[in-house]
Amino acid sequence: MTDTPDYAGHAINKKLTAEDKIDIYRTLTRMRRFEQATQKPYSQGKMGGFLHLYIGQESVATGTISLCGEHDHVITAYRCHAHAIGCGMEMNECMAELFGKYSGCSKGKGGSMHFFDPSKNFWGGHGIVGGQTPLGLGLAYGVKYKGQKGSCLCYLGDGAINQGAFHESLNIAELHDVPVIYIIENNGYSMGTSQKRSSAYKDCLAQRADAYDMAWDVVNGEDIYEVRAKTQAALDRAHNESKPTVLEITTYRYFGHSVADANHKKYRTPEEIAEYKKNHDPVNLWKEQMISEGVLTEESAKEVDNAAKKEAAESVAFAEAAEYPPVSSIFDDVYWEVDNNTEAGNTGRHFFND
Amino acid sequence: MREIEYRHALREAFDEELARDENVVLMGEEVAQYNGAYKVTQGLWEKWGDKRVVDTPISEAGFIGMGIGASMLGVRPVMELMFWSFHSVAFDQLVNNAANVRYMSGGKCNCPIVVRGPANGGTNVGATHSHTPEGLFAAFPGLKVVSPATPADAKGLMKSAIRDNDPVYVMENTLLYGMKAHVPDPADGDFTIPLGVADIKREGTDVTLVAHGRSTLLALDAAEALKEKHGIEAEVVDLRSIRPLDQDAIINSVKKTNRAVMVDESKPFCGVSAQIITLIQEYAFDYLDAPVKRVTTLDAPAIYSPAIEDDQLPTVAKIIEKVLSITPAKV
Repeated sequence: MTDTPDYAGHAINKKLTAEDKIDIYRTLTRMRRFEQATQKPYSQGKMGGFLHLYIGQESVATGTISLCGEHDHVITAYRCHAHAIGCGMEMNECMAELFGKYSGCSKGKGGSMHFFDPSKNFWGGHGIVGGQTPLGLGLAYGVKYKGQKGSCLCYLGDGAINQGAFHESLNIAELHDVPVIYIIENNGYSMGTSQKRSSAYKDCLAQRADAYDMAWDVVNGEDIYEVRAKTQAALDRAHNESKPTVLEITTYRYFGHSVADANHKKYRTPEEIAEYKKNHDPVNLWKEQMISEGVLTEESAKEVDNAAKKEAAESVAFAEAAEYPPVSSIFDDVYWEVDNNTEAGNTGRHFFND
Repeated sequence: MREIEYRHALREAFDEELARDENVVLMGEEVAQYNGAYKVTQGLWEKWGDKRVVDTPISEAGFIGMGIGASMLGVRPVMELMFWSFHSVAFDQLVNNAANVRYMSGGKCNCPIVVRGPANGGTNVGATHSHTPEGLFAAFPGLKVVSPATPADAKGLMKSAIRDNDPVYVMENTLLYGMKAHVPDPADGDFTIPLGVADIKREGTDVTLVAHGRSTLLALDAAEALKEKHGIEAEVVDLRSIRPLDQDAIINSVKKTNRAVMVDESKPFCGVSAQIITLIQEYAFDYLDAPVKRVTTLDAPAIYSPAIEDDQLPTVAKIIEKVLSITPAKV
């Protein structure tokens, strides 16, 4: 019998004050309630396109981002709402973006898959599977180039690990000592295809890092203490040795690949989904842990959750009332030089409309 | 008059920009210790060291994407594709990330990168290595594309490209790297050429030849022959920059000469010439005395055969023939 490591007793978790722990719960509930609040307006046709929900996976973004400092950057794929909130983006700007409004975080130009706020170290929100992995490499390269002690947390799904760009990034990361941390959020399904049907592997997915002589670890994503302990080890490696890491964090999504995924109860059983909701829900598990530690009570937890619910409902009202972008804004944000009315931006024809 | 090679002019641009801005970094396959596959970056690693001149593995999607990501944080990477033909393995990075990231973030992310390398046929390296994708990339709003024909243009445009705050793709030419011509002495001051400004390489009154890159040199040779043998004065408009485009230079020339022939190493279908002709018909239709013609690369993948490949590309003879088909000879 092996001992389960005492992740709660890990130094990085010992440092958490009661208020820090409540903040973690607040973040979890805000991520959950934000996405739940999108359901109705989406089904009413008030949002366009895809809506990839993160519900069920909140502990991954919450736990990892809770460790980020001034020079730690975050980039992810299209399931990006929770990472944006985790980085400190406001619900209003995020909800307005989903509604395609001008006050949205990307001025209504990005949509659900493309939230951004570099001022909060959040670099998107990227739509092409695996396409963000070289960008994460580059952000970490930039941190190193500027002589900063930092990193980039680059998230990807288990389906993205088979993209060539990811492997190219791993090779360069190890070769050039780039402080990037690849976080595979393994929810078991690349869209409708299970891990076993989509990836060739021996013991786990992160093990592929072995081929690049890179550090890696597997993390139980439902335990935020474990997520934080193992992510901190990767951050230390990035900050102190300028070395990359691959973390595979196991998790589960309750909804389909996107809201438009009509088959999500066919490629997995209703029982499987119910089991996760009942016994592995990361929001509930943290709440119970906090109650057992005496940090929260049922009542105080309810207050936190109600506040998140209210904030989410208000963000829907904000987004409903917000203005759509003017048609003329289609031509903004294409070229920096044009937007900034520079000599270069005023030289030659940049747009080719009639 | 100082004459230097096209590759030397580019090298001088890099050297000056590396000195001017500590965020400028050269990256690519064999650019550092090997001194560049085409010796464009020769000596720069020795001078500037590992931080500023970086060898990458043969991994275009990886290192081009890395450069884009680094540029979002304020690094200014100048990335060499050993051939622009290798764009295909980095296409997602070159288009979805470089061209779109500013837009999709509502202007919050910037991408001040340069991607550069040769983009030309004529060296018997077959279809995979002979692509001319300037029209392809110019078709993506958010990107800028330039194609210098001379050493001076190569230096001046490269320096402007590096200073530009948008992604600029510079299409060079292996057949031009060894070409020598005048480039202003650095001692005479900072030499740049703005993007979006065409250059009238030869003035004329009877027909306008619109070209870019090496095709400009063919157009100039054709213009000399047309004058000598047929008394036709051709004006040669070198676009230099495909996007942004100096539309006024094209339209003003056509309004003056009333005739136009495109000389374009791109393929004909949706190539650069197709866009230019659209603009001419839209903005100078009433000034035309003849249909606009074009000389492009023949519409098939690039053939290898050394005896044949030149015939697939624009030639001086083809340009003369097209001009004569719409322009009355004067002698």
